[in-house]
Amino acid sequence: MAGRKRWMNLLMQSVFLGPSLLFFVVIVVIPFFLGMYYSFTDWNGVAVTVNWVGTRNFVAMFSDTKFWVSFWFTIRFTLAVVILTNVIAFLLALLLVQPLKMRNLLRTLFFIPNVIGGLLLGFIWQFIFIRGFAAVGKATGIGFFNLEWLGTEATGFWGIVIVFVWQAAGYMMIIYIAGLMNVDRSLIEAAEIDGAGYGQKLRFITFPLIMPAITVCLFLSMSNAFKMFDLNLSLTRGGPFGSTESLALNIYTEAFTNSNYGLGTAKALLFFVIVAAVSSLQVWFTKRREVQS
Amino acid sequence: METGRKYSARTLLLEVIAVLLALLFLVPFYFVIVNSLKKFADILKNSASLPKTVTFDNFTRAWEILEFPKAFTNSLVITILANVLLALFCSMAAYRLVRHPSRFNNIVFMAFVAAMVIPFQSIMIPLVRVAANLGLTGNLPGLIICYLGFGASLTIFLFHGFVKSVPVEVEEAGIMDGCSPFGVFFRIVVPLLKPMIVTVFILNTLWIWNDFLLPLLIVGGNAELRTIPLATNAFFSQYTKQWDLALAGLLMGIAPIIVFFLALQKHIIAGIAAGAVKG
Repeated sequence: MAGRKRWMNLLMQSVFLGPSLLFFVVIVVIPFFLGMYYSFTDWNGVAVTVNWVGTRNFVAMFSDTKFWVSFWFTIRFTLAVVILTNVIAFLLALLLVQPLKMRNLLRTLFFIPNVIGGLLLGFIWQFIFIRGFAAVGKATGIGFFNLEWLGTEATGFWGIVIVFVWQAAGYMMIIYIAGLMNVDRSLIEAAEIDGAGYGQKLRFITFPLIMPAITVCLFLSMSNAFKMFDLNLSLTRGGPFGSTESLALNIYTEAFTNSNYGLGTAKALLFFVIVAAVSSLQVWFTKRREVQS
Repeated sequence: METGRKYSARTLLLEVIAVLLALLFLVPFYFVIVNSLKKFADILKNSASLPKTVTFDNFTRAWEILEFPKAFTNSLVITILANVLLALFCSMAAYRLVRHPSRFNNIVFMAFVAAMVIPFQSIMIPLVRVAANLGLTGNLPGLIICYLGFGASLTIFLFHGFVKSVPVEVEEAGIMDGCSPFGVFFRIVVPLLKPMIVTVFILNTLWIWNDFLLPLLIVGGNAELRTIPLATNAFFSQYTKQWDLALAGLLMGIAPIIVFFLALQKHIIAGIAAGAVKG
C-alpha cells in the first residue's frame, strides 16, 4: 500500500512538473552553466576540440576598447531612458486618471507602440528620422529636425533614446495608472482638509503609496534598456563607427560575426553578473521605501 | 488619486491637451501610412504630404518579396503552439509546486524565479550549440521547445501566485466525489485559473510574436521557416532606402499584432497591469 502510494506520487510529480522542468533545464539551465565553462576556453563555434585557456578571455575583454565603448554607451543609454520614460509615463498617467471623456481611447492610443516589436519599430523610425524629420524641418525651419539624424554619434544616441521612450512610455503609463487608481480617495481628501496643495499631495501621499508601481517601472525600464538589442540592430546597427553599439549587440557580434565564442561567453557572463546585481539592488532599495497602505 | 469632480472647464482643457499629445504620439504612423501609398519619386519630393495619386503597387510587390502568407503562417503557428503548451505545462507545474511543497519542489520553484534575471544574451551562445546537438535547430518544433524553456519561468511564477489563492477545499470536494488527480486539475482548477490564463496568453503572445533574436539563431538559416520579424529583416537589408517597398512591407508586418491588440485591448491593458504588479 505504501509502495503504491509512493509510486503514484512519483508519477504525478513527473506528469505535472516533468515537461516544464525538462524544457527549462535543457534550454536555460544547461546553456547557462555551459556558458560559464566556455568563457574559459578558446571555443570558436566550429572546431571539435575546445581548449581550456584560463582567464585569457577575461584579460582580452578588459583590453577590448570597443567593448568598453559599448559598456559606456549602454550605461548612458539606460540612465537617459529610465529617467525620460518614467517621467513621461508618470505625467501621462496623472493626465489620464482625470475624468476625461476619451480617457480609455487615449490610454489605448498611447499603448499602441508597445505591441510592435523593436525590430520593425527601428526600421519604421529610420524612415521617420531620415525622411520624415527632413520634411518637417524643410516645412517649419526648426533646427532640431534639420540635424543629421542617425548620422552622428549624438543624433544616433538620442535617436535610439527617442524611439525607446516612445515605445516604453505607454507600458509604464498603464502600470502607473493602476497604481494611482489604487490610492485611497479618503487619504487625499484628508490631506485636502489639512490644506495640502497639489504638489504636497503628490509628494507626501501619492508617491509613498504608489511605490510598488515605481519599483516595477524602474526595474522593467532599467532591465529592458540595459538588454536592448532589436531596436539597436534595426535603427543604427551600432553605427556611426560603433558609437551606438549596445552591450547585447557587442556580445552578439563577438560570437556570431567574429566567431570568438569563448570571448563572447566571457562578455555574456559579465553581462549577466551586472544585470543580476543591478536588478537585485534596485528591487531591494525601492522595496525598503514602500509603505503599507 | 482619481479626481471625482464634475466635467469642468479645467477638465476640458486637460482633455484637449491629452488629445493633442496623443496625435503627436501617433505622427510616425501617419508618415508610414501616407508614404506607403506613394510612388518612390513622390516620397523623395515630399515625405510629409498626402499622396497625390494613391498606388497599392507597393503592397502587392512587398507581399510577394516578403512571401507574406508564409511568414504570417509561421509566426501564427509558433505563437499559438508555444502559447497553448506553455499555459498547459506551466499551469500543471505551478499547481504541483503549490500543492506539494516538498523541499525539492521549493528549490525548483526558486530556480524558476531566479532564472528570470538571466538575460537572453548571456545564454544564447551555448544555447545554439545545445540546440544544434539535440536537433532543435532548423525546424519549428525545436523553436517551440526553446520557447517552452524560456517562457517557463515567468509563466510558472504567474500561475504559482494565482494557484495559491485557489481554496484547497474546492479540490477536496472533487476528490470526495471520486475525481482523479487529473479530473481535479482539469475540471476544477483550470476553470478557476481562467483570468490568469488570459494574462499569460497575452504576455506570451506579445513576446513570441515580436521576438527576433531567438528565431534568428534557431531557424534563421532556413528561409522556409521565416517569421514576420525575420522576413522583414531580410527584406529590409536587401531593399535599404527603397522606402516605397519598405514602408508597405513594414505596415503589413505590424498590421496583425495591431489588429490583435485593438480586438483585445481591454484584456491586454488589464493583463499588463496584473502581470506587472505581480512580476
